[in-house]
Amino acid sequence: MTSTTIDDAPYIEPSTKERRNYLNDEYGVLSWLLTKDHKRIAILYLISVSIFFVVGGVIAFLMRLELLTPEGDLFTSDTYNKLFTLHGVVMIFFFLIPAIPAVIGNFILPIMLGAKDLAFPKLNLASWYIYIIGGTFGVIVIITGGVDTGWTFYTPYSTQFSNTKVFLTTMGAFITGFSSILTGLNFLVTIHRMRAPGLTWFRLPLFVWSMYATSVVIMLATPVLAITLVLLMVERVLRVGIFDPALGGDPVLYQHLFWFYSHPAVYIMILPGMAVISECVAAFTRKKVFGYKFVAFSSLAIAFLGFLVWAHHLFVAGISVYAALVFSFLTMLVAVPSAIKVFNWTATMYKASVSWNTPMLYVLGFIGLFTIGGVTGLFLGALGVDVHVHDSYFVVAHFHYIMVGGTIMAYLAGIHYWWPKITGRMYPEWWARLSALLVFVGFNLTFFPQFLVGYVGMPRRYHAYAPEFQVLNVLSTAGATVLAMGYLLPMIYLGWSLKFGRKAGANPWGAAGLEWATTSPPPKENFHETPVVTWDAYDYPAFLKAMRETQNV
Amino acid sequence: MTDFPLFPEQASSVAPLVDGLYLFLVAVTGAVSILIWLVIFYFAIKYRRRPDNELAQEQEPPAILEMTWTVIPLLVFIGIFIAGAWVFMRMNVVPANALEIYATGRQWMWKFQHPTGQREINELHVPVGRTVKLTVASEDVIHSLWFPSFRVKQDVLPNRYRAFWFQATKTGRFHIFCAEYCGTQHSGMIGSVVVMEPTDYQRWLAGGTEGSLASQGEKLFQKYACNTCHMDTAGARGPVLAGLYGKTRPLMDGANVLVDDNYIRESILNPQAKIAAGFQPIMPTFQGQVNEEDLIRLLSYVKSLPAPQSQQVQPVESAQSQATASGATGSQPVVIPPATSTTTNQ
Repeated sequence: MTSTTIDDAPYIEPSTKERRNYLNDEYGVLSWLLTKDHKRIAILYLISVSIFFVVGGVIAFLMRLELLTPEGDLFTSDTYNKLFTLHGVVMIFFFLIPAIPAVIGNFILPIMLGAKDLAFPKLNLASWYIYIIGGTFGVIVIITGGVDTGWTFYTPYSTQFSNTKVFLTTMGAFITGFSSILTGLNFLVTIHRMRAPGLTWFRLPLFVWSMYATSVVIMLATPVLAITLVLLMVERVLRVGIFDPALGGDPVLYQHLFWFYSHPAVYIMILPGMAVISECVAAFTRKKVFGYKFVAFSSLAIAFLGFLVWAHHLFVAGISVYAALVFSFLTMLVAVPSAIKVFNWTATMYKASVSWNTPMLYVLGFIGLFTIGGVTGLFLGALGVDVHVHDSYFVVAHFHYIMVGGTIMAYLAGIHYWWPKITGRMYPEWWARLSALLVFVGFNLTFFPQFLVGYVGMPRRYHAYAPEFQVLNVLSTAGATVLAMGYLLPMIYLGWSLKFGRKAGANPWGAAGLEWATTSPPPKENFHETPVVTWDAYDYPAFLKAMRETQNV
Repeated sequence: MTDFPLFPEQASSVAPLVDGLYLFLVAVTGAVSILIWLVIFYFAIKYRRRPDNELAQEQEPPAILEMTWTVIPLLVFIGIFIAGAWVFMRMNVVPANALEIYATGRQWMWKFQHPTGQREINELHVPVGRTVKLTVASEDVIHSLWFPSFRVKQDVLPNRYRAFWFQATKTGRFHIFCAEYCGTQHSGMIGSVVVMEPTDYQRWLAGGTEGSLASQGEKLFQKYACNTCHMDTAGARGPVLAGLYGKTRPLMDGANVLVDDNYIRESILNPQAKIAAGFQPIMPTFQGQVNEEDLIRLLSYVKSLPAPQSQQVQPVESAQSQATASGATGSQPVVIPPATSTTTNQ
């Protein structure tokens, strides 16, 4: 492992003068709660999603404790059912969906475009408040007794049979959806209208392309979820027959509607992760991402094809054989653009200058884990195998490899990568490397055994299980312990770095990109002068030349 | 803790196919994944940042490379689709001469009904080597009937029958799990399938029974007074049921319907949905009165009725039957089952 010149790349002289920046521009609680600055709103989101992540994580850990033994001995069945439901609801609606777009995207996207803010700053603040209102519903649900339907709210269980807080939970998810829609709308308009002079579409960082694709999916899919949840609430409260056969409805219709949103929602969660990975790959190899246009268009292809595969969640739910064949085929197609990305990121490292800093370690972890998550998706898309593993722990393992091994690894990569820009301080590199290692090892130990136990026959959402599944479950719980430490460490050392971290300077990584052309932390208006872009994305020589020229002037 | 399988038992005719496909996928995707990891590690170490390597050498990507790793994965994925579809199609064709067993899911138990009339709860006895066709429905929420050792699974819906099959290849006792979350005792909605030698199975069948499913259904047919309208003679208020199963019949609105399990189920629970051509929509619903198990008995009875010798089941002329029907309702007492609310399930 190399030890020299990892941290400091002396291309740009960091400014030593104490400047006004977005953090010290104004003081007081109200200056935060009423801010229209996208960077401060990003911080508000960072704090809120982190709280929900801790809540979801603690719940996950409690479940892993219960699953140490085959008997359901730690919690009652009802409590366990509420735990896995809340884990899913909290992690998906209140953490994974907003995490990268609303935190990292909010902060970085306008700066990457050379803009002073998003197109609609007030709408941006409104989206945070809507998120908080939706989140409050979630918190009320937890306090007042929970909900036990599973995050999928399948009917008729959710409308007829569950006597838990289904209405409040779906209301919370419904409201939070509008927060996503506003963020997506804001991003789309900003990307179209507010690019700096010279920043043409094919000079955009790949992060922007991927966030653009995400925003399109958010705008088109989330309203379907909203409508579906309204129908669910109408049936539950007013007893209008829509999904419940006892009232003349069709329960499989609910599954079609739900997955018409929720499969694209998988891409709402993973596309931003891919966005971060593309940036980090470029920055920590100091190289153009290999096949820029392929990577850019693969994001759009994922967004498009992602809408055509929802019924692969219904292969054993009673759809016709021919529908199953069509959706299985389309599922295979959607895997192609993801594969293209993995190959291109790998190829980028060829003859590169590969840094072993923490964000890059997370990138390597992401590529490895996302590959496993992706190929096991092929197992599930292959009809003959899906019939057996559907609704088993194999599925649980698969989507955690995508969501945790993919999205959360990417989120941590991005948080570490842009931390110096966000806070103006460096995080402690060796602690961060240790945590990246713990996350990787802990993650694999937690979730790889679940592939095996799923194929052997353990169904998901089981409070108690057959004794022969125990060994693999013990491994999984042991892994969860390591993973928990890996997640706790950053919360400690990142907090520590706010006060004690080394001052970062404008461009501590020697990366190419407009966000590294401004000070750390950036001024309230992001740039003292509107930048003019004369270089392609990740064109290091051109970027560095442009930087030297502006510094000399 | 000593029993620690990493692979489930293969106990059905499709299990080797599914496992073959699974291991094929493990081999192909495993090889590609390991290759990717090795390349990544090799690059990460060989091209690590050093003082003489601060800035990467720019390489223009050869377009052929992009096409290669777009087209090859596409072909591989389509190959996986075809292999998966092939196994799936094999699973979807029920072999002839299957032993037809009905299963009902409810919170939180599995109930099985054999054609010979035996009922079981959370346990299913089947003979080895014989195809068993399972027709499933739920009394309440969605369940899913999974036989991991047979590699088959079917969601169990509250509003319609779904059928699937297996052929056990090994005697023994294997797990039955509910795979679709269904409430508090979801993880307790489990049972065993006991695969027996055919002779043992015959001995098991000889145990007590209240007569075959069809004969149980016949009693219900009279109990619910179905026979007052569905008589064996043409011209009755209801269609003649003998020999109806498996036929295609015209409906009042001009469409045709195949008389299968689901049509008979619907005709009992929601008779107004599809009216046979030439008949009046006068049948009351039996929703909430006939439970799932009785439905299966009735269904078995209807299926068991042989086609009459003179196969002509001519629907009466529409206008004529209208007159007869209204006249009949006026003069004769129509037997309507005793129920106050007939539209909602209790």
